[in-house]
Amino acid sequence: MTDAAELKRRTAELLAAHPPADTATTDFLKARFDAGLAWVHFPEGLGGLGAPRSLQAVVDAELAAAGAPDNDPRRIGIGLGMAAPTILRYGTEEQKQRFLRPLWVGEEVWCQLFSEPGAGSDLAALGTRAVREDGGGWVVNGQKVWTSSAHVARWAILIARTDPEVPKHAGITYFLCDMTDPGVEVRPLRQITGEAEFNEVFLTDVRIPDSRRLGEVGDGWRVAQTTLNNERVAIGGMRLPREGGMIGPVSKTWRERPELRTHDLHQRLLKLWVEAEAARLTGERLRQQLVAGQPGYEGSGMKLAFARLNQEISGLEVELLGAEGLLYDDWTMRRPELVDFTGREAGYRYLRSKGNSIEGGTSEVLLNIVAERVLGLPSEPRTDKDVAWKDLAR
Amino acid sequence: MSAQPDLLYSEEEEALRAAVRDLLADHCDAPGVIARTESDAPHDLAAWKALSDGMGLAGLLVPEALGGQGAGHREVAVVLEELGRAVAPVPYLTSAVVATEALLALGDEELLGRLASGRTIGVLAVGLHTAPGAAVQAVRVEGGLLQGELSGIADAAVADVLLVPADDGGLYAVDAAAATVTPQVSLDLTRPLATVTLDGAPGRRLGEAEPAVRRGLRAGAGLLASEQLGLADWALTETVRYLKERKQFNRPVGGFQAIKHRLAQLWLEVVNLRAVARGAADALASGADVDIAVAVAQAYAAAVAVHAAEEALQLHAGIGMTWEHPIHLYLKRAKADSIAYGSAGAHRAAVAELVDLRAP
Repeated sequence: MTDAAELKRRTAELLAAHPPADTATTDFLKARFDAGLAWVHFPEGLGGLGAPRSLQAVVDAELAAAGAPDNDPRRIGIGLGMAAPTILRYGTEEQKQRFLRPLWVGEEVWCQLFSEPGAGSDLAALGTRAVREDGGGWVVNGQKVWTSSAHVARWAILIARTDPEVPKHAGITYFLCDMTDPGVEVRPLRQITGEAEFNEVFLTDVRIPDSRRLGEVGDGWRVAQTTLNNERVAIGGMRLPREGGMIGPVSKTWRERPELRTHDLHQRLLKLWVEAEAARLTGERLRQQLVAGQPGYEGSGMKLAFARLNQEISGLEVELLGAEGLLYDDWTMRRPELVDFTGREAGYRYLRSKGNSIEGGTSEVLLNIVAERVLGLPSEPRTDKDVAWKDLAR
Repeated sequence: MSAQPDLLYSEEEEALRAAVRDLLADHCDAPGVIARTESDAPHDLAAWKALSDGMGLAGLLVPEALGGQGAGHREVAVVLEELGRAVAPVPYLTSAVVATEALLALGDEELLGRLASGRTIGVLAVGLHTAPGAAVQAVRVEGGLLQGELSGIADAAVADVLLVPADDGGLYAVDAAAATVTPQVSLDLTRPLATVTLDGAPGRRLGEAEPAVRRGLRAGAGLLASEQLGLADWALTETVRYLKERKQFNRPVGGFQAIKHRLAQLWLEVVNLRAVARGAADALASGADVDIAVAVAQAYAAAVAVHAAEEALQLHAGIGMTWEHPIHLYLKRAKADSIAYGSAGAHRAAVAELVDLRAP
């Protein structure tokens, strides 16, 4: 049985065999993966030991104490959080062996080709077509959008329509797409902050061998649920100290700049501070429920709460700055590799947080999900369930 | 950063909740509570006896050596959630929490034992609106006897002992029989207020009033959030249940998106309220971070409880406006709770001091 003591022993062995000070980062990470200490809940041979997920913290703490490098999870978040669990669940043995190690080590960055101009909240309506060739491979044509990291990604998880004659959820298939294929064109999509975090991706006669199909033909919607559910877990499970989120910078400014204070702003700041603390405690409660193995619905609401708070708090911060709030740090078009919501200045935070109620599910859709799945209220009347995709209004 | 509070419910706490809920289902059904509010005896002393004598809940905060249960604030909070859910007209928060905490500060073993048994109801004679740390009204000490009038005293009508602040800085125990207690027509029908008049009443000086009153009110404010959680959770649950059944335009009303979104928003508020209420209860139990946890809970809770009751009324529509339907009991309690032990604004002002976000 793999318990905490065993993991500590294995971690010590890894550190002895590959002293971090004398080992190149990538070499150390590969050794860590091969020792089963990358994600301990994964199977042996795929970077894990089949241990309880909660024991990962034991390994991480030992490695951090020893000054070992990590795999910079923020840079490879889509791979770690979305592609990996889906490949683990639905991938062939060959796919798991091929993709998981370079994904975890960070040698290969992943992006997600899901949303389309015509398929936002209604993702299952997507129209990117994958047509089977005589040889069994696939030819893909279509346009994807809001694709973070596409400009640095080596691989993409892709869902495309393989059968337009059946209702929309039934005709989708899941693929692993090579972003270096000549038919893949990535164009930056500049956003209201001035920079281009994400991209449009045009797919023109992209050839994908059938060995890069994930799951059965026509089963892509079910496979995609694994991806999307893991996205929600990643959003819900974070742990913050008091003032750890968007409320931190504005509180700091309030303390350091007494000349900016007004009574009106004071009342609004205190109200938001209390709401941010309540949301933080709710997140902490969710985390405790997950650790205790209790099913908790709080996760469905966390994103809703943080989206609204981030927007209101950053809006207040711009007002607090007064004359300085009229300025902006920099409109230069850039393509950042990392996104930090609380990075840069107040104006950036204000504009970037507008996306928080859209990305990963709009607040309107999330409210429907809470109403239907948590409160058990009737679902929306559907007119699209039994209609072939090709006959849907668009 | 200090250790995080334990925000979950233990198995024992869930068992306690189930037992209290069962008891209240027998004693405090809505038509009975409504009928009682129109009688001369709005308090339900049979339910009180069952809770205190039968289950020993009045003594949860009192050490076993003094006749109590030696439990803690987390358990009390669960009891209050259920009392709020039933808008039960019993003097639990006032006697078993606020008065008991004041007596714990003073170490008065004799009174603590009596209150723990529930056979004596004690009430701190401080206006219900008073925030922890705020100035309180005091009666005069004249020739060793107490003289004066105090108003807005919750549950005084059923008190056996009044804990009265006096102008010599002391807190006095006064036998209710030595005082004139006059009910006031109160917004909250299930936690009515009264005026206490002392005209040369004898009292026993228990000790310094200020720290005892502060401790009693702080615990009251922190645990009131759990009562507010119970109120809000009832309002949400009952409204969702009703709107799944109620049909208009040939559809369940709960299927309209405008309604679904409002209920989902309310659910989110209740989820947040549960976290702050558990945070305050756990802080009071552990003694860590108490002032901030209590102020945050009371700065947050009132708006949610009131919003929940108001949404329940609006979404029940016409039936929600009737005397017959219990929603008004919840609305009145929620609105009164928004003033009790300090308004949200008073607690936000406390937060401003505690976390150094000072006024201009």
